[in-house]
Amino acid sequence: MSLIRRKKAPESKNQEASDANLTDDENKKKKQPLPTKKTQKSWTCLDNCCWFIGCICVIWWLLLFSYNAMPASFPQFVTEAITGPWPDPPGVKISKEGLSVKHPVVFVPGIVTGGLELWEGHNCTEGLFRKRLWGGTFGEVYKRPLCWVEHMSLDNETGMDPEGVRVRPVTGLVAADYFAAGYFVWAVLIANLARIGYEEKNMYMASYDWRLSFQNTEARDQTLSRIKSNIELMVATSGGKKAVIIPHSMGVLYFLHFMKWVEAPAPMGGGGGSDWCAKHIKAVMNIGGPFLGVPKSVPGLLSAEVRDIAVLRAVAPGVLEKDLFRFQMMLQHVMKMTRTWDSTMSMLPKGGDTIWGGLDWSPEEDYCHGRRDHNHNDTNTPDQHKTKNHVSPDKNTNYGRIISFGQKAAYAAASELKRIDFRDAVKGKTVANSSCQEVWTEYHEMGYGGIDAAVEYQVYTADEVVELLEFVAPKMMARGSAHFSYGIAENLDDPKYDHYKYWSNPLETKLPNAPDMEIYTLYGVGIPTERAYVYRLSNSAECSIPFQIDTSADHAKDCLNDGVFTVDGDETVPALSAGFMCAKGWRGKTRFNPSGIKTYIREYNHAPPATFLEGRGTQSGAHVDIMGNFALIEDVLRVAAGATGEELGGDHIYSDILKWSEKINLSL
Amino acid sequence: MLSFASLLRFLRICIFEHLKCCSLLGCKSYGTPEKKQSPDEKVFQEIKKSRNKRQKPMGWKCVDNCCWIVGYLCTTSWLLLFLLYIVPVSLPGLKGPEIPGARLKREGLVANHPVVLVPGIITGGLELWEGKPCAEPLFRKRLWGGWGSGFTDIFRRPVCWMDHLSLHYETGLDPPGIRVRPAPGLVAADYFAPGYFVWAILIENLAQIGYEDRNMYMAAYDWRLSFQNTEVRDRSLSRLKGQIEIMYATNGDKKVVVFPHSMGAVYFLHFLKWVELPAPVGGGGGSGWCAKYIKAIVNIGPTFLGVPKAFATILSAEGKDISLIRAMAAGLLESEFLGLQTIEHVMRVSRTWDSIVSLLPKGGETVWGNLDWSPEEGYNCESEEKRQLQALSKENNTRSSTDKSLFQVKHHKKYGRIISFGKEASEVVSSQLPTFSKDFMHSSTSANSSTSRGEFWTEYDDMSRENFQKIAENKVYTTTDLLDLLRYVAPKMMQRAEAHYSHGIAENLEDPKYNHHKYWSNPLETMLPDAPDMETYCMYGVGIPTERSYVYKMSPSDRRKGIPFRIDNSADGSDSCLRGGVYFVDGDESVPVLSSGFMCAKGWRGKTRFNPSGSATYVREYRHKPPSSMLEGRGLESAGHVDIMGNVALIEDVLRIAAGATGSELGGDRIHSDLLKMCNRVNVPL
Repeated sequence: MSLIRRKKAPESKNQEASDANLTDDENKKKKQPLPTKKTQKSWTCLDNCCWFIGCICVIWWLLLFSYNAMPASFPQFVTEAITGPWPDPPGVKISKEGLSVKHPVVFVPGIVTGGLELWEGHNCTEGLFRKRLWGGTFGEVYKRPLCWVEHMSLDNETGMDPEGVRVRPVTGLVAADYFAAGYFVWAVLIANLARIGYEEKNMYMASYDWRLSFQNTEARDQTLSRIKSNIELMVATSGGKKAVIIPHSMGVLYFLHFMKWVEAPAPMGGGGGSDWCAKHIKAVMNIGGPFLGVPKSVPGLLSAEVRDIAVLRAVAPGVLEKDLFRFQMMLQHVMKMTRTWDSTMSMLPKGGDTIWGGLDWSPEEDYCHGRRDHNHNDTNTPDQHKTKNHVSPDKNTNYGRIISFGQKAAYAAASELKRIDFRDAVKGKTVANSSCQEVWTEYHEMGYGGIDAAVEYQVYTADEVVELLEFVAPKMMARGSAHFSYGIAENLDDPKYDHYKYWSNPLETKLPNAPDMEIYTLYGVGIPTERAYVYRLSNSAECSIPFQIDTSADHAKDCLNDGVFTVDGDETVPALSAGFMCAKGWRGKTRFNPSGIKTYIREYNHAPPATFLEGRGTQSGAHVDIMGNFALIEDVLRVAAGATGEELGGDHIYSDILKWSEKINLSL
Repeated sequence: MLSFASLLRFLRICIFEHLKCCSLLGCKSYGTPEKKQSPDEKVFQEIKKSRNKRQKPMGWKCVDNCCWIVGYLCTTSWLLLFLLYIVPVSLPGLKGPEIPGARLKREGLVANHPVVLVPGIITGGLELWEGKPCAEPLFRKRLWGGWGSGFTDIFRRPVCWMDHLSLHYETGLDPPGIRVRPAPGLVAADYFAPGYFVWAILIENLAQIGYEDRNMYMAAYDWRLSFQNTEVRDRSLSRLKGQIEIMYATNGDKKVVVFPHSMGAVYFLHFLKWVELPAPVGGGGGSGWCAKYIKAIVNIGPTFLGVPKAFATILSAEGKDISLIRAMAAGLLESEFLGLQTIEHVMRVSRTWDSIVSLLPKGGETVWGNLDWSPEEGYNCESEEKRQLQALSKENNTRSSTDKSLFQVKHHKKYGRIISFGKEASEVVSSQLPTFSKDFMHSSTSANSSTSRGEFWTEYDDMSRENFQKIAENKVYTTTDLLDLLRYVAPKMMQRAEAHYSHGIAENLEDPKYNHHKYWSNPLETMLPDAPDMETYCMYGVGIPTERSYVYKMSPSDRRKGIPFRIDNSADGSDSCLRGGVYFVDGDESVPVLSSGFMCAKGWRGKTRFNPSGSATYVREYRHKPPSSMLEGRGLESAGHVDIMGNVALIEDVLRIAAGATGSELGGDRIHSDLLKMCNRVNVPL
């Protein structure tokens, strides 16, 4: 009310002035109010509201108008005035050096970032034909959530389209340039490539349905065939110049699968012949590649939560527990939906205990304690990791225990753990509440017996996590294990490795025979990344998901925050997963890399944006934001314009990846 | 900061003054009617009243009123919007008629052959890849077609926009520093503008029977370029070839069905020739390529023999619509309104586009008629009367064949005179026309180089007024004359474009010169590929008056920079054939029946020299029926050049062909117009 009074004041001021002129004439002064009385209508609350809204609207329009009338360079001008002149975008810098378009470029987007659109649906999707269900505004999620979930889900048995629903990947560069309005994924990289002369004819977005298992994208959409043909077409129309492939995130695994597929003979593979990769690919520049999987995918499958949701639960414990806004319900629906996506299983940690560590051992075990030395010594250079070796082993973090039930279990010495094997436990058929069946998450089939058995095992390493998932979600894992494998090959020449389920696991496939090809791994470091979890039983009714991350578990010294152990990485993928293959597994001539393809590691140290004007930063190392990192873009542009890894400067390492790789005892 | 401080000060003053004002006025109670009440209540009321009054002391001011109204409008519109949102998605009452795709799906039709869509001129989207600084925010946004939110950006810099849409005047390729590229994918031409569908309805229907991205491909190309240049610059033809091969391979070796629309039909004709020729000029597909990969070519509203409209566009950058605007608001376009010489701008931009030349009428006087004769001459414009008079006209025709009475000749429109200066010239017998030699057109243009070249270079500035006078005195022009005229008034443009297009009729198709790419898009100068199983369809609308020839006049203004000719929109005939300076024939509003139908009805029918393998051709015409109600939008049975893509009957045919039906299963030819009669009059050796 006070606001209105103030705004009304100028009037009364005028009134007063006119009154002041008439002070000596008493009669007139008396009459003065009368005319006003007639014109005055009563200000009702509604009028006030209208007036208020009108004011806001008018001001808003004025601002909008002035914003639109503002010269286009104005924001940049202001920013430069505050932060100093911006560096040239890498595209401009490089084109000034005289480099220009040379090799055709193929982008392979990762999970989640690619758009999906509706081609056929049930009645509830009327008007959504060829509109994005995933990506863009996500407007439909709010408007008709259940309908959305229903259409985004795949068939539980086959992992393909449900009856009467066709959701297909968006094609073209628009598939993943922006994930949502203003949230770039590939757009910045594309813009910079355009600066040195790239356009639609020599850039190709290999969009695929990231919900499907990799081989199913071929079975349903012939995506792999289309990628093959399109690469051939681009190479042919660019005068025989080989393609530079830029996969991001899960796209890295997808392209690994592709390289194997394309050379395999026809019924299962693409029939390209054994020199296809050598003939068509110059370099594969993997950005933030989860070669060995990400631990984050475990809680995703186990309890449909990641750190963000767990933190939310910690901040407002009551809200999520109490099924307010049917959140629990929605969470279960989301869980049911994500569990129908085979691709989520491609990112489970691979290589088991050998890579990810056992009960009392892990490659990154001294990271947390070493890190403080790091800060003291202001060492960001790779040569200095010797200084941190004084850390005593008993202080090490047990990253190998990817899931522990209770903080105690996470810290107990291996000998003290009393574990009761869960594998033979009888699943109780004690589902009382049939309404739970509304959402099928396989937990209802476990009963209390099964859940207790799972908890009593206390600690799970990478190998055991897979077994745990097989225990709690047998159907999902049965579907998934037909398409993915998480082990380490004993003998790569075993004919069983011709099956496609091994193709996306770098530890169970050989790289193609292409000695001139180069493999880069580019990823961010310097951001705490989820590595292991402390779990607890959820205390709510049986209808909800029985496990959740124990957000009360905190041990700052030990990188344990809100129930999550963190290591170095790009916020999603630990450095170990992104870097190991290039640092060790494929370095030189190994059994995984028989032709000795050259590998390069390019790390980018994370620096948060200096001001909010910079948006998501030009030096970010985060999993997606790194696509706007100027240093990375410059590297990509140089390779696309013809540079080799040597010319880029070879390896460029900030983290301890070399030391960690050394600790891993993998026969090469 | 400064403004914030002053705002605070202002607020403080307001409050103070407000209190003062209240005290000055004595805070008397006025305004609210009094009732009888108990003393206690009265005191309470007094206080309340004084408070009330303080809040709203002086009634309404203009600003307040405005604010109130704005607020009111905003609120109601929000409320309506909100209501719109919560209304169930499908109101039972508002349900439109079932789309043909759904019906055919129930019939058991499923996606069979992969489908290639080839958009026409204008309708394809173009986006910016590199530009001048003024176009910075438009990067990778649409400059043309499918404008969405980016349109405000264009609107703020119209001149910049025009600059970027132009091509280089001499090469017909990109101007330096500018790269505008066709938008790829189905979105390239599904909607031209929000809500104005082009391919969207067809795509939706195809999707109903199972089509999706993997078996449907939009062959987007830069429609401003000449066809061969799309390959030179963007590799569009190679990519089209590659995509067809990919789709063929990934769909179980099923041949593709191609749906070109409008100019896309000519583009695809060019492709057919290109793809089979060996590598340096062609695509190197080998002579069996088309037979192997293509099941059918379903041309929708094809411009095979060109459109007369293209002459008017090049000569004076106007069609029926623009001359109508000029007639209604005479001053608007003439005046240099806001410094924008709109027409000149349009002309300058469009003259850099080679593709427009591909739309000029082909086949010369043999096809389009000469001074005295034209294939459509018997056409009666009064479509209602037409049927009643049909019997009568038949008699007339039989009689006229025996003795050509003067009356009869007078009655016939002389469509062959595509441009006449003055209405009279368009009607008189050819012997009464003043005979001027057309030699002046072959002499070099007397460039008036003394004047500084204007901002808008349309080549008209290079010519003197006398030359224009001479042109106008020649009175009538047939197609062949017009091509000469264009070479005279716009020599550079025609020189550039005629390296890519030819408009004649081949004497001998075996002549090796016809291997040059400039002949490939002219159906009268190329052979169809050797693919006897391939089917060619011509599907187009009829029943809409379509521009066929024009009455011109000199433009009155003496401005140096300007277009010297324009359509004489005062010329009106006794019947509806001549309206606003334009003679009409039957067609789909843009393309006359003759142009779209002739090749399928005669030129390629059976084994002819243009179709040596004798592949089957079908003519499918769709009679225009305007939308019966507002709710129908652009009509379910419309036959307009673009609107036909939403025509239910056409969609049904398209779907059946895609699902595997042959032309004879569809029912063969379906002809409503006088096409066959017209074709008979056209004397092209076959």
